[in-house]
Amino acid sequence: MQNSDNTHGNERRDFIKLTVLGAAAAACGSAICSCGNKEEAGKKVKLLSPDGKLVEVDSKHLRPVHKTVGVSTEEARLGIPGRKFVMVIDLAKCSNARKCVSACQKMHHLPEEKEWLQVKLMMDNPESAPYWFPKTCFHCDNPPCVKVCPVDATFKRQDGLVLIDSDRCIGCKFCMAACPYSTRVFNWSEPDLPEDIAGLCYSPETSVPSQVGTVEKCDFCPDMVRAGELPDCVTACPNGVFYFGDENEDVVSNGEETVRFSQLIKDKAGYRFMEDLGTQPRVWYLPPNDRLFPVERGLDDLPDNIKDRFNDVM
Amino acid sequence: MKASISASERLKYFAPQIEKTSLSTKVWIVILLMFIAAGGVALYQQIAIGHVVTGMRDNVIWGLYIANFIFFIGISYAGAILSGVLYVFKVPWRRPIVRIAGLVTIAAGLIGPVFILLCIGRFDRMHHLFLYPRLQSPITWDVMAICTYLVGAVLYLYLTLIRDFSLYSDADFLNIPNWKRKLYKTLSLGYKGTGVQKKQLKSATRLLAIVMIPLVVIISSVLSWIFGMTLRPGWHSSIFGPYFVIASILTGVGVIIIIMWTFRRLYNLKEYLTDKHFTYMGFIMLVLAAGYGYFSFSEYLTGWYGSEKWDSEVLSKLFNTNEYGWWFLFSNIFAIVLPILVVALPKLRKPGPIAFSALLMVFAMWVKRYLIVVPTLETPLLPVQDTRMEYVHYAATWQEWALTFAGIATFLLIFIISSKLVTIVPTSDYIDDEKA
Repeated sequence: MQNSDNTHGNERRDFIKLTVLGAAAAACGSAICSCGNKEEAGKKVKLLSPDGKLVEVDSKHLRPVHKTVGVSTEEARLGIPGRKFVMVIDLAKCSNARKCVSACQKMHHLPEEKEWLQVKLMMDNPESAPYWFPKTCFHCDNPPCVKVCPVDATFKRQDGLVLIDSDRCIGCKFCMAACPYSTRVFNWSEPDLPEDIAGLCYSPETSVPSQVGTVEKCDFCPDMVRAGELPDCVTACPNGVFYFGDENEDVVSNGEETVRFSQLIKDKAGYRFMEDLGTQPRVWYLPPNDRLFPVERGLDDLPDNIKDRFNDVM
Repeated sequence: MKASISASERLKYFAPQIEKTSLSTKVWIVILLMFIAAGGVALYQQIAIGHVVTGMRDNVIWGLYIANFIFFIGISYAGAILSGVLYVFKVPWRRPIVRIAGLVTIAAGLIGPVFILLCIGRFDRMHHLFLYPRLQSPITWDVMAICTYLVGAVLYLYLTLIRDFSLYSDADFLNIPNWKRKLYKTLSLGYKGTGVQKKQLKSATRLLAIVMIPLVVIISSVLSWIFGMTLRPGWHSSIFGPYFVIASILTGVGVIIIIMWTFRRLYNLKEYLTDKHFTYMGFIMLVLAAGYGYFSFSEYLTGWYGSEKWDSEVLSKLFNTNEYGWWFLFSNIFAIVLPILVVALPKLRKPGPIAFSALLMVFAMWVKRYLIVVPTLETPLLPVQDTRMEYVHYAATWQEWALTFAGIATFLLIFIISSKLVTIVPTSDYIDDEKA
């Protein structure tokens, strides 16, 4: 994933699903949709099939998908068996480089002003030192958003993830009122998407494409996880702030080092944000001790409109 | 009361109301229709362009619409519980008021839910509420409660109308077009006032009146729990259930007083809607305003005294005159202090002042609803840190205002049309008196 920064578009093209091959079975949900790429027939394309053979197929049978082979919505509601995903965010390493934000936006085809992942500048009280605070969805084990959804459009999976089925969401925004962490965003107008993205089948695992009048949020990139890769924010971070992994296996990785989750939490006094709310987040924070960067450095090279956000704090 | 006058003679007195429509009424109808049309334009824009035309954004996800929803649906509940209580306890002065209360119930009860629909991003998926309902969600509770309530309220009003319909269709002297007479005949369901019919109608009405009372308490509380069940400062409070119940009834009583006053002047009903009626309704308003004041006080006092960080942040916005301070002060003085003063002072205890204070109180209660919704949403637990002003502060757009006024216009229109179909004072209700 070293090239994750600028070649996502190409990568996505490379990850092509051969609907004519056996892989189709896995995509039963999305295969019946007719919203594929409508390229003209006749062009032959050479591809490497999942079992390693070079095959030549008609381009009309090709369909670009978000990352990997999609799963049906039914499957996406259940989650990956045996897993319990967890994230650790090391506040001591964050320099507000905002690579996580832009990678997330690229991955999910979000406009610049829409941030599923936000980096806030926190100052707990007037005497304490400010610190950068990247915030994903916390995928709570007692999720207030899931409780209040009237149509089961947002749901908790067995692997711990809280996802959204935008095809079912009625846009009542009750989940947004219920989430104490302002994690969710709403599509106030028709999203401006390229045609090939807008034509994709929606899956709760990709959260793409955005739909007008529905709610969306950080999804921990379960499609990447299914493919055995780390979420984009994790790999995009130049400082290794994000650790992602499986609580059952007790392992988390930031792409550079892989460590025991329980040991990391123990050694660095990991905590969960606003524990007293009782939401039981699946995201842990490591306190900003012995910081790698002075907090002011996070303001360098920021465009004015983003820099102004932090005027109240610094 | 003129107990000696027969029902048909009494009807003759009310007849002009339903026989003809005056020019000024027609002008009113046109004006109201214009407001509704403006709302239609706004609605079209909201659907065609998206909710981006409203002032709502990711922090303040609900605004004017939800405040209107609470306001109208609350008025409706008040109509139901008032007519229910007056009927069940056979309050002797209830007669000229129950019809108005019943009409308020229906008119406001139909408009309120429209405002919650305006908050919903995907109109086209409303059927999902019934296809994939989740019982855990307070919205599902609300859907069930409002549906049940509306059915009950329509039935209840209808039952109280049947005897009047029968009376109108039988009254040959009524100068009404044929279609209207036929309509009355159909709607009267063949009621002729026989002993069995009388008994059945009476027990059915009584039963529904009894059912409506707890139903209103339940549904009002469920409405409040949409807010109370979230972890938001200013909302997450156990007082919210009873708080909303009493706020609803107080507002609705105010609306009923205003309508009583208007029709008393419009149709010259001084003999029916007497000063005494205003005094009694004023006393009800006083008691409710005092109760509401007590709830408000204890709600804000505990938040302020405990001074938890999040509570304090919302309260500081309500107390700060640069933010919502003046409105907060206005709403408390005019919704609580004024109605109590006007009714408590014998000099002011007259229909005019009571109706005027009711008008101010109703407006103040609407402001209060706004202050419950918006400041809390502008105060999320995490700092907003956004440079886009519309994401930090909520300001309703003309589309939201247009639809708000369209809602008020629809309410008035329903009332005007209803008053042309049925007499504002239930004529047949006086028959019992005569027989007794």
